[in-house]
Amino acid sequence: MTAPDGYTAQHADEDEALHQEEALQGRPYELAVVQHGGLFRDLISDKLGIASFIFLVTLIAAAALAPWIAPESPTQGNLSNAFASPVWHGGTWRNPVGTDWQGYDLLSRLLYGARTSLIIGVLVVVLAGTFGVLIGLLAGYKGGRADRWLMGWVDVQISFPGLLLAMLLIALVGGSVLSVTIILAINGWMVYARMTRGVVLSVRERPFVEAAEMMGCRPRRVVFHHILPNLSTPLVTLAVLEFARIILAEAALSFLGLGIQYPTVSWGLDIARAGDHELFGNQWLIIYPGLLLSLTVLSVNLLSSWLRVAADPQEREKRFASRASGTVSGAAGGGGAGL
Amino acid sequence: MAEPLATEPKSVHTTAPHVEVRGLSIRFPVGRSGFWGGTTRYVHAVDEVSFSIGRGETLGLVGESGSGKTTIGRAVLRRIEPSAGTISFRGDDITTTKGKQLRELRRHMQLVFQDPYASLNPRKTVLELVAEPLIVHGLALNPKDAREQVADLLHRCGLPADTVDRYPHAFSGGQRQRIGIARALALRPEFIVADEPVSALDVSVRAQVVNLLQDLQQELALTYLFIAHDLSVVRHISHRIAILYAGRMVEIAPTHAVYDNPMHPYTEALLSSVPIPDPPLQRERRRIVLTGEIPNPVDPPPGCRFQTRCPLVHDRCHGETPKLEEKQPDHLVACFAR
Repeated sequence: MTAPDGYTAQHADEDEALHQEEALQGRPYELAVVQHGGLFRDLISDKLGIASFIFLVTLIAAAALAPWIAPESPTQGNLSNAFASPVWHGGTWRNPVGTDWQGYDLLSRLLYGARTSLIIGVLVVVLAGTFGVLIGLLAGYKGGRADRWLMGWVDVQISFPGLLLAMLLIALVGGSVLSVTIILAINGWMVYARMTRGVVLSVRERPFVEAAEMMGCRPRRVVFHHILPNLSTPLVTLAVLEFARIILAEAALSFLGLGIQYPTVSWGLDIARAGDHELFGNQWLIIYPGLLLSLTVLSVNLLSSWLRVAADPQEREKRFASRASGTVSGAAGGGGAGL
Repeated sequence: MAEPLATEPKSVHTTAPHVEVRGLSIRFPVGRSGFWGGTTRYVHAVDEVSFSIGRGETLGLVGESGSGKTTIGRAVLRRIEPSAGTISFRGDDITTTKGKQLRELRRHMQLVFQDPYASLNPRKTVLELVAEPLIVHGLALNPKDAREQVADLLHRCGLPADTVDRYPHAFSGGQRQRIGIARALALRPEFIVADEPVSALDVSVRAQVVNLLQDLQQELALTYLFIAHDLSVVRHISHRIAILYAGRMVEIAPTHAVYDNPMHPYTEALLSSVPIPDPPLQRERRRIVLTGEIPNPVDPPPGCRFQTRCPLVHDRCHGETPKLEEKQPDHLVACFAR
C-alpha cells in the first residue's frame, strides 16, 4: 500500500511547485507583461534610442517642410556670393551655413537634399527588401526546384557588377530620383533573398514550425506568422546596413554624373561635387552634408537596435528586468541614506 | 513495488482498433552510388512494422536512438510519407489522404513534442500559442471565446490562470510541456502521439507530466502512442508495449508480460539496464551488456537485425528474417531462439 502514498506525495510536490510559482509574482520581470503596452515609454527609457528618434523625426519634418522653412531656393543664387562662410566662421545670417560655388544657399540645399536622400534610401530599402524577402521565403520554404531556380537567378544577377549595370541603365533612361530608386532596388534585392533563404532553411526545421504545420496551418500562415517574425532581427540589421549603403551608392552614382543631376539636390551629390571645388578653405561644403549623412545613418542604426530588442519578448523582458533591478537597488540605497 | 511508477494501468479491452498500422516501411534516399550514380541508396528507417491501438489504449513504443520510433510516430500522423504499408484511423484507410481532408484529419490526431523549449514559438504569448489551432480551424467564435477556451485548457493541464499573457521563456520545462499538451488538446483530438514527451524534462517533473497525460486520457478518452527510449517511463502509462530495434519490431505484448516475461533477447537487455531502487536487489542483478555494432541502416544485413549483438545468435539468424509470431497469448516476438 505504498503506491497511493507515493501518489499523494507527488501531488503535494506539485502543489508546492505551484505555490512557488505564485510567490514568484513579486519579481520585477513579471511586471514586464503589464509594461509592454507602452512601447513609447520603453523608447523613452532608452537614451540613445530616444535621441536618434528625435533626430530622425526632426530631420524628416525639416525635409517635408523644406519649401516653407528653407531660407532660399536651393537652385537659385548669386555667383558674386559664392563660397560664403557659415555664420560661425564669420559669415552673415543671410546664409547661415554659407553658400556653394554657385552662390546657392547651403542650408537650403541640405534641407532639400534630405528629401532626395531619405526618399531614395527608404524607397530602395522597402522595394528591394520586400521583393528580396518574398523571393527568399519562397525559395527557403518551398525548397527543391523553386529554390534552385530562384537562387540561380540571384547568383546570375549578383555576378553582374552592380555599379556598372546601374551606370548602363541610367545612361539609357536618364538620371532622376525615380530611375535611381528603381535601378538601385533592382541591384539590391539579392542580398535580402540570400539571407532570408538561409535563415528560413534553419528556422523551418525548428519544432515550432512543425507544430504549426501539424495543427493544420496553411503554408501562407506558417510562413508569415511563424517563420517571418523570427527573421526580424537579421532583417532589421541588414536593412539598416543597406540603407546606409544605398545613400552612399546614390552619392557615388551622382558623383559619376549618372545619378541625380546638378542642380537637383542630394547630399551625396553635394559631397561629390564639393570635392571638385577647393576642398581646403571651403571644407564646410563637404563637412555639413557629410555630417548629416553620418548622423542619419547612425540614428537609424541606434533606433533599429532599440527596435530589435523591443520586438523580441525575451530580450525586452531581460532589459526590463535589469533596469528594474537597477531601480530597486537604487531605491534601497536611497532608503538606507534616508534612515 | 515501492516506487509509484510501478503501478500499471488496467488493461482496456476494446473491439475495433482505433489506429492500425500494417506493414509500414519507410526509406529515405541518401544519395547515389555506382559509377554513373545510377543506383539510389536508401536508409531503411522502418521495415515492415505492424501494430494496432484500441480506443482509449496506450501503446508504448520503445527503442534506442535511430530505431525509427519517431519516424513511425510521424508517419502515423501522415507527416512522413510511407514507402509501403497502410495506416488506418477509425477504420478508414488514411495512407493517401491529401489536402483538405488531411487538414480535417489533423483535428483528430495531434502530436506532443519531445523538446518543450523548441516547440513553442518564442515570439508568441501562451494565449496565441494555444489559441492558434482553434483559430486555424475556425473553432473560436471571437477573441473572448478563444481566451475562455484557452484558460480552460490551461486549467485542465494544471497551469495557473495568469499564464495566458506570458511568453514561453518565462516557464520551466515541465510547465512548457504542459503548454504543449494544452495546445495539442485544443482541437479535442481522439488520438495523440507523444514523442518522448518527458525525456527532455527533469526526473522530478517527469512523473507529474506522465500523471497529467494519464488523467487527461481518463477524462477525455484519449488514445496514445507513447514513444520513449527507455522502459522505465512507459511502464507507468502503457497498456501494451512495442519494442523496436533498428527499424523492426522485435516484441509487442501487454505491459506486465514485457516486464515479467520478456522473450526477445533485446528486451531482456533493455530491462536489465533499468535500475531498481533497491540497492541489495540491484547488486544481485545480472546486467546484460550488449557488445557489437548496430547494423548500418543504409545496407542492413540479411536476416535478423539483432544478429550482430545477440547473445543467442545461431546460423539461422544470418540468413532468415524472423517474423513476429504469437508465442504466448497476445505476446508477439520475432526471434528464432524463443
